[in-house]
Amino acid sequence: MRYLPLTDVDREQMLKVIGAKNVDDLFADVPKGALLKDLVPLPKAQGEIEVHRHLQRLAEKNTPAGRTAFFLGAGAYRHHVPASVDHLIQRSEFLTAYTPYQPEIAQGTLQALYEFQSQVAQLLDMEVANASMYDGSTGCAEAAMMAARVTKRKKIVFSGGVHPHYIDTARTACEALGLEIVALPAAVDGEAAVTEELGADVACVIVQSPNVFGTVTDLTKIGEAAHGAGALMVATFTECVSFGLIEPAGAMGADIVCGEGQSIGNALNFGGPYVGLFAVKEKLIRQMPGRVAGETLDADGKRGFVLTLSTREQHIRREKATSNICTNSGLCQLAWTIHMTLLGEQGLRHLATLNHEKAIQLGEALAGVKGVEVLTKRFFNEIAVKLTKPAQEVVDTLAEKGVIGGVAMSRLNPKAGMDNVLIACATEMNTDEDIAAYAKALAEVLN
Amino acid sequence: MITETTSGNRGLLQAEPLIFETGHATGTGVDLPAPKGLKSNLGALTRKAALDLPGLSEPETMRHFVRLSQKNYAIDLGLFPLGSCTMKHNPRLNERAARFEGFADLHPLQPTSTIQGALELMDELAHWLCTLTGMPAVALSPKAGAHGEMCGMLAIKAALEARGESHRQRVLVPSSAHGTNPATAAAAGFTVDEVKGDEDGRVDLEDVVAKLGPDVAAIMITNPNTCGLFEPDIKKIADAVHAAGAYFYCDGANYNAIVGKVRPGDLGVDAMHINLHKTFSTPHGGGGPGAGPTVLSAALAPFAPVPHIVLRGETRELREHMQGTQAFGRMCAFHGQMGMFTRALTYMMSHGSDGLRQVAEDAVLNANYLLARLKPHFSAPFGDRPCMHEVLLDDASIKPKGVETIDVAKALLDEGYHPFTTYFPLVVHGAMLIEPTETEPKRELDRFADVMIALAERVKAGEVEFFKQAPKLTPMRRLDDTRAARQPKLRWRRGANDAGAKVAAE
Ligand SMILES: Cc1ncc(COP(=O)(O)O)c(C=O)c1O
Repeated sequence: MRYLPLTDVDREQMLKVIGAKNVDDLFADVPKGALLKDLVPLPKAQGEIEVHRHLQRLAEKNTPAGRTAFFLGAGAYRHHVPASVDHLIQRSEFLTAYTPYQPEIAQGTLQALYEFQSQVAQLLDMEVANASMYDGSTGCAEAAMMAARVTKRKKIVFSGGVHPHYIDTARTACEALGLEIVALPAAVDGEAAVTEELGADVACVIVQSPNVFGTVTDLTKIGEAAHGAGALMVATFTECVSFGLIEPAGAMGADIVCGEGQSIGNALNFGGPYVGLFAVKEKLIRQMPGRVAGETLDADGKRGFVLTLSTREQHIRREKATSNICTNSGLCQLAWTIHMTLLGEQGLRHLATLNHEKAIQLGEALAGVKGVEVLTKRFFNEIAVKLTKPAQEVVDTLAEKGVIGGVAMSRLNPKAGMDNVLIACATEMNTDEDIAAYAKALAEVLN
Repeated sequence: MITETTSGNRGLLQAEPLIFETGHATGTGVDLPAPKGLKSNLGALTRKAALDLPGLSEPETMRHFVRLSQKNYAIDLGLFPLGSCTMKHNPRLNERAARFEGFADLHPLQPTSTIQGALELMDELAHWLCTLTGMPAVALSPKAGAHGEMCGMLAIKAALEARGESHRQRVLVPSSAHGTNPATAAAAGFTVDEVKGDEDGRVDLEDVVAKLGPDVAAIMITNPNTCGLFEPDIKKIADAVHAAGAYFYCDGANYNAIVGKVRPGDLGVDAMHINLHKTFSTPHGGGGPGAGPTVLSAALAPFAPVPHIVLRGETRELREHMQGTQAFGRMCAFHGQMGMFTRALTYMMSHGSDGLRQVAEDAVLNANYLLARLKPHFSAPFGDRPCMHEVLLDDASIKPKGVETIDVAKALLDEGYHPFTTYFPLVVHGAMLIEPTETEPKRELDRFADVMIALAERVKAGEVEFFKQAPKLTPMRRLDDTRAARQPKLRWRRGANDAGAKVAAE
C-alpha cells in the first residue's frame, strides 16, 4: 500500500522491541468478540489508476456549471479565481499544517490569519473579525446565539429576506438552546419589517443585504430601532463581492456582521467547504465565537502573531465556551486572503462593478421576455423574477436546454407561497451570449 | 553564529511585512474586462465607507505567501506527532479528484438531473462509513468534528422528545473529554455532569452507574479515549446507559486506531462523528476545513437532519425540507463538505478494506513502538500496558528538575519537530500526547525517539536554561501570549501599526 511505509520486517522488529507476539496483542483491551477477524465487506485496495478512473467517472455524471449558460447564485457564486490562488494554497506548508498551536513554527498561518481578519474588518467596515467560521449559515446561527448571550434575551427575529437555509440552520441551533425564532414571511423588499417585532424580549433582528432576492437595503434605520429597543442588529450576507460596490452593514450600525465568503478565492464545490466571515463591534469581543489571531512580541522583541483571547473557547472554557467550534475553515480562509490580496481595493471595486453590470443586463434581457416580471429594484448581482409558470418546472426545462437559470424560491422555501418566483444571478463569468441564450430559452419555455 | 543581518532575512528565511505595509489601493494582481459604463441602480446605497484594501501584483503575491509558508511546519516536512489530531500523510490523488471540474465547478442548487454523480459519490461515501462502523445510517452534512457532535446530540434530543422524555437534561462527560464535548452538550441545551476517570486512565464504570438516572439524556465518551487507551468496559457502559434509558454518543476523533478492526456499532454506540480530516486524511489546512459525518444507530436514524438523499428508481433526489419527516432540522446551508467527501472516498478506495485495517494496525504499532522506546526515559502514566494510536507521557520525571512539558515542546522545535499535544488530556498533569500515525516509517520514529531521549538526558543533567531559552533556531522565539491577550491587537489599522512595522524591520 503506497501510503504505508512500514515493511513486514519493520513490523517484526518493532513487535520484538515492544515485547508483543503479534499486533492483536496490542488490541487486548477490545472486548472479546468485538475485534473483527475478517475484513469488512468493502472493495480491497486499488492503485491510483483505478481510483482515478472511478472518481473521474462519477465526476462525468455531473454537468459542471461552466459547461452551461449559468445563472445560479442564492448563497454560492461562480466567480473567477486566479490560478495563483490554488497553487499557493496547495503548498505543503499551508495545506498540511495544523492549527497554529505552536506559534514559533506557524507564523505563516498566523500572519495570514491576521491579514485575513484585517481584510474582513476593512471590507465589512467592522472593528474586529475572527479567524473564520465553517460557512455563512453556521456563522449566522452563531451570531444569533451570541446576541442572546450579549442581551440575555431569548427572541431572534429574522427578516423575510434572509436565505431560508440560514434561517433553518439557525432555528435548529437556537431552538435546542431554548431560544425562540420568529421568521417573517418571505418578502422581496421587506427587511424593515423586523422592527415591528421589536420588544423587551428581542435579542436581535437578523437582516440580509443583498438579501436572498437580491435586494439591497439601507439598514441604518433598522439598526437604530433595534438599538432603541435594546436589541442588536445582526446583518448577514451571501455575496461578499457586493461590498466592493454597496455600503457595508458595518457602516449602517450593525453589531455583528456575518456571512459567506465563498465568492472570493473558493470554487462552488457543490456547497462546501466554504468560509464564514464573522465580524463584531469591539465591545462584544469577549462573546465572539471562534479563534482569533493577535499581534504580540517574541523573546527578542520581534513582532509576531499568536492565537489569542482563547479563554472564550471550548478547550479552555469547556461547557462555558462561547461556541463549540474547533476546526474552522483555515485553507478556504487562506484562499480568500490570497484572492483579496490579488484584487486589492481597485480590483475588488472593478469586479463588483462588472457583476452589477451583468445583473443589470440580465434584468433587462429577462424583462423583455413575455411572462417575466422583474421583482428586485435595487440589486447587486442577483434578482428575483416572477414567471407565469411554476419556477421549478421552468428551471428543470431550462436545464435540458443547457441553461442553469437560477433556483426556484419554492425549492428554498416551499411554504413561501412564491412558487412562480425564480432567483437568478449574473457574475463576471457570464458572457453577453450567455445572457441572450438565457432570454431566448426562457421565452421558449414560457410561451 | 550570525544572528543579525542588514536585510532582516536569515538565509532562506525572508522577513515579510504585512500586505498592508507593502500593498496599496491601486496595486492589483488581476486584469478584468473593462466595465461597460452602465448606470448603477444603487443610488445612495453605493459604498461610501473606505475600503483601503491593499493590492499586490501576482509576483508580489506569490512571494508574500511563499515567504509566509516557509515559516510553517507541515506534515510534508516531518513527523507531526500532535496527539488527538491524526496528522497523517495527505495523498495528492485526493487533491486532484476534488478538483475535477465535475465536482469543483458544481453548484449545490443545480437541478438534480445535473448532479447525479455528486449524489452517487455521497451515497458511496455513506456506504463506506456505515459499513466500516457497523452503523445503519449517517448524516453527512456536519462541517467538522464539533459540528458532528452537535448533530449527534440534537438527534438524541429529538429522539427523547419523540419518546416524551424531554425532561432528560443531564449529559455525562468524562473529565478526560476534549473541550468540544462539554461545549457541545451545553450548546445543545443540556447540562454537563462530569464523570471521573479511574487510576488507569479509563472512564470509571462505577461512577457512571452511580450518576445514571431518569434525568440523564446521554453519555459522551471518546473511544479510544484521549489518554490513548481503549475503554475495556465500553460495552458494559453502553449497556448500563441503555438500561437507564439514555444514549451513547461516541467521540470518533480517535477512530484511526480501530478503523477496519472494530465496529463502533458492535459496541453499542448510538451516534459518532468521524473527522474526515483525521482518519480519512483530508488535509488540515492550518486549521480547517474538515468534515464531521455522524453515523447514527437505528434508534436515532429517523431524526437525521436534512438533506437526505432519496433513491427513486435509477435516479437520486434530494429531500431538503423536514416536512413529512422526523428530521431534527438542518445543520448548515446546502449538503455538507463535498470537497472533503471526494477526498475521503478517494482515500478509502485507495486503501480498501485491507489497507484500512492495516492503517489501524500500523498506527497502533507505531505508537506502541514509541512507547517502548520512550518509557525508560519519561514518565508514562499508563505505560505498563499497550496503548492504542497515541502515547501519553507526563511531566512527573522532569518537573522536579525544573523542566516542564512546554519546555520539552519548545526544545523539540529547535530539533526540527512539531511537538506533541501539550497539557491535554487535562486528567494527567503536564500531559504530552504523542500520535505518530501509520504514515511514519520506522526510521523517522527512531530519529524522533533518539531526540526525545537526548532531551530526557539533558533534563537529568540539569540543563534547565537550555530548555527555558528554547526555541533559538525557529523563525520566531517564544511569543508573549499574555501581552497578546492583555492588549488585544487583532487587526491592522492605518497609522496604528507603524510601531509594529518598525519593530519588524529592525
Ligand atoms: C477528541 C476530539 N474530539 C473532538 C474534536 C473536535 O473536532 P473538530 O476540530 O473537527 O471540530 C477533536 C479535534 O480537535 C478531538 O481531538
